[in-house]
Amino acid sequence: MSATPFLVLSAILFTIGCVGVLTRRNAIVVFMCVELMLNASNLALVTFSRVHGNLDGQVAAFFVMVVAAAEVVVGLAIIMTIFRTRRSASVDDASLLKY
Amino acid sequence: MIAFWVLAPIMVLAALGILVVRKAVHAALLLAVVMISLAILYLVQDAPFLFAVQIIVYTGAILMLFLFVVMLVGVDASDSLVETIRGQRAMALVVGVLFGVTLALGVAQVSVGAIAGLSEANSDGNVEGLAQLLFKDYVFAFEVTSALLITAAMGAMVLAHRERLTPKPSQADLARRRMRDYAEHGRHPGPLPNPGVFARHNAVDTPALLPDGTPSEASISRVLAARGTVQSAPELADDIEQLYTGEEDEK
Repeated sequence: MSATPFLVLSAILFTIGCVGVLTRRNAIVVFMCVELMLNASNLALVTFSRVHGNLDGQVAAFFVMVVAAAEVVVGLAIIMTIFRTRRSASVDDASLLKY
Repeated sequence: MIAFWVLAPIMVLAALGILVVRKAVHAALLLAVVMISLAILYLVQDAPFLFAVQIIVYTGAILMLFLFVVMLVGVDASDSLVETIRGQRAMALVVGVLFGVTLALGVAQVSVGAIAGLSEANSDGNVEGLAQLLFKDYVFAFEVTSALLITAAMGAMVLAHRERLTPKPSQADLARRRMRDYAEHGRHPGPLPNPGVFARHNAVDTPALLPDGTPSEASISRVLAARGTVQSAPELADDIEQLYTGEEDEK
């Protein structure tokens, strides 16, 4: 079972997440794309763990999941707060720092 | 390897779907497809513990959180198609495709060498092996993680908490406000009209008809109107007529 297809799939998923962050306007969907990028990097970590024959890669992927969970909690709370004050979840509307 | 070739196209299609669907709920469901497929790929790659964690933490907890927020933020919070920076979408696509092609080609050309495999590392069981690493080599990182989780939980509580800045309006205040609205804007002080109730269709998504035959906007929920699922009463009337004549024909 070769490792290259897994790594290429991981690269493709990371790219799709990246394009999503750049193109989507809804803050929740942007956040989902960030999650997609984190997941893609996890796949690469697990694959490299298999290539090297030790479990350090899997431990790293586990830590990425923990950090992602913490990040989602705080990020969604921020989106909720922004929505409560501005009645919109669009990333274009929260531009007060520009002025 | 069969699992990979079955799941990889599904994952890529679902991920591309996230880029194009309009509604956030659909994006969340497509993300669930990607995450469950990833969990199966972890299982294929000798990582049963991460398989379980991926399903429990990602599809179980994180996606539920996303769905909760989509529910709270509302159904009318779909993406706007207006570009604030002209040409940004096209440029992002071009840059993204270039980035992806470079990354994929680079990864594909690198030779990762012979695959050691995890049969030796997993000889005592995958969970035991991970626990050995986690509580010996990575124990400091593990302890820091607990601080991070507590900070995140506290942060979410602080952000979600709302202090009441004005006193709660009493029933007398509300009545006074209704009468003031009536005096200043001519708004009807009584309750809102019921949604339309017809012999065939008794539902909240049908607007009530005013005496002049026009549907009343105030009789239906704002959320239903935003979702675009409101039935038009005159159309329903045509439908009834059609049904009636159809029955006549059968007779």
